Amino acid sequence: MKVLVAIKRVPAVAGRITLTDDERAIDVKYLGFAIGPHEECAVEEAVRLIEANGGESVVLTLGAAESLEQLREAMSLGVSRAIHLVTDGEEWDPQGTAAAIVDAIRADEAESGPFDLCLFGNEAGDTGDYQVAVRVAAALGRPCVTGIKAIAASGSSVRCEQEAAGGRDVYELPIPAVVGVLEGINLPRYPSVPGRIRAKSKPVNASEPARPAARLEMVKLVVPQQEAHSAEILGNGAAAAPAVVELLASLGVL
Amino acid sequence: MPAVLVYVTTSDGAADEVALQALALGAQVAAGGPVHALVIGDAVAAASLGAYGASQVHVAEHASLAAFAPDARARVIADCAASVGAAVIVGPGTEGGNTVLARVAARADLPFSANCSSASGLNPMSVTRSRWGGSLAEAARLHGDRVVISAAPHTVAINQTGGSAAVSTFAPALDDADLVVRVVDKVAPAASGISLAEAKVVVSGGRGVGSEAGFAPVEDLAGLLGAAVGCSRAVTIAGWRSHTAQVGQTGTKIAPDLYIAAGISGATQHMAGCRGAKKILAINKDNEAPIMGDADYAVIGDLFEVLPAISAEIRRVRGA
Repeated sequence: MKVLVAIKRVPAVAGRITLTDDERAIDVKYLGFAIGPHEECAVEEAVRLIEANGGESVVLTLGAAESLEQLREAMSLGVSRAIHLVTDGEEWDPQGTAAAIVDAIRADEAESGPFDLCLFGNEAGDTGDYQVAVRVAAALGRPCVTGIKAIAASGSSVRCEQEAAGGRDVYELPIPAVVGVLEGINLPRYPSVPGRIRAKSKPVNASEPARPAARLEMVKLVVPQQEAHSAEILGNGAAAAPAVVELLASLGVL
Repeated sequence: MPAVLVYVTTSDGAADEVALQALALGAQVAAGGPVHALVIGDAVAAASLGAYGASQVHVAEHASLAAFAPDARARVIADCAASVGAAVIVGPGTEGGNTVLARVAARADLPFSANCSSASGLNPMSVTRSRWGGSLAEAARLHGDRVVISAAPHTVAINQTGGSAAVSTFAPALDDADLVVRVVDKVAPAASGISLAEAKVVVSGGRGVGSEAGFAPVEDLAGLLGAAVGCSRAVTIAGWRSHTAQVGQTGTKIAPDLYIAAGISGATQHMAGCRGAKKILAINKDNEAPIMGDADYAVIGDLFEVLPAISAEIRRVRGA
């Protein structure tokens, strides 16, 4: 089995977001970077699929030169090799991103055969576009499901589950297929030291696609205004309990 | 004044709340032009849409649409948009809404902006959209004479116009290829209990709970209040609770009447999941935790003292 997993390098935002002076990016001076949370689980899922079925997993990203760090991280977890679509750091819109990924998939498949599954994070942690996986699948003429929290591949088909009201919805797709994965599908492993060492010598196929004009064009970013308020303190420690219960009664939830 | 088509999702004879918000966003874009609403199968829900700003309602009836099939829905929407001459397609920015709208966009290579809170004009259309699960807003332009957008949940006020709209039913064309991706089975939920997304009260524990066993006082209080138990991402990463309990940008987005957050610092990722709560009560040792800036009420103290005291007080009051 051959599995592709597409990832994105995103800043590890924790507290309040601050922007650069031109208001077109998050100020990352004091921030680390990580693989997006859904994609972190997609990487783990790709590794598990290959452990269970044999074959090869490939990690792909479109991003600045620094994204190599996230590709190495994925390879340290067990992914075999990487495809890096190197950008100058400018944002790509989702249509341009999907088109470049489609080209890269076609090129890789011409060399080493089709991907049975292409895994994506359900949506990018930063831009939240909710569409790259769907566009890639449409361009390749492959079936696609998103919002997936369980994958089981068997021969020529893949069973995917999605949380829904009153249980889980089940899909059965013919392979090859494209799947948008949600965090929670698994609990990702930590990289081992030997894994990190092995990752350093795994192959990375780098190329520099040209960025098309954005059709979803970012103009600027805005940190939503928070009402200047602070919480009403009901009390300290256990002594606050009567005030809390009074509040519960006044809100009609007691 | 572009013609607008709004994809209205429904459940059991009523339009979904976020779909009514999408209808309001559609009316905003139409700026007086026609607002067509498209409903798949649910004629009962369709009849009510005139009161929320639709000027015309179309109901697609097809036996194969009974099970959720996102590509089939996308085709129905795209064909309906073509037949009414809609330049803008709008829908709910829910998981199911976004995946269908992305397919509408992908079919014809149209630009798609997910999770918009405002939109105006066309080619370019100016939108405000959510990033980071709503922790950051983006002003963006959509280039194209046909575009697709979704409404960010709970950011657009529902438009109760009290009007009425003509409802017409049509039989859409569908091929086998449109039905390759469809729900073929349903499995029962693994965990029983109150659904996080629909609970009126949610009690959550965060890193401060410290362990799997540490959730006992959280569960006790939740039990007393008929509340769902939630948690932060730190908790699911540590493996203390299942991911289905996670409130956050990458977990469940909740909108309860009251959210009680115990031992949760209030990271961006978490607040993106509970911004819809009407009231937030934070219980935290640290009176400078970021959540104090988002909470309405706070108790400063150790959750292992505060939660049992609240539960005891509830029992005392109820016993009286």
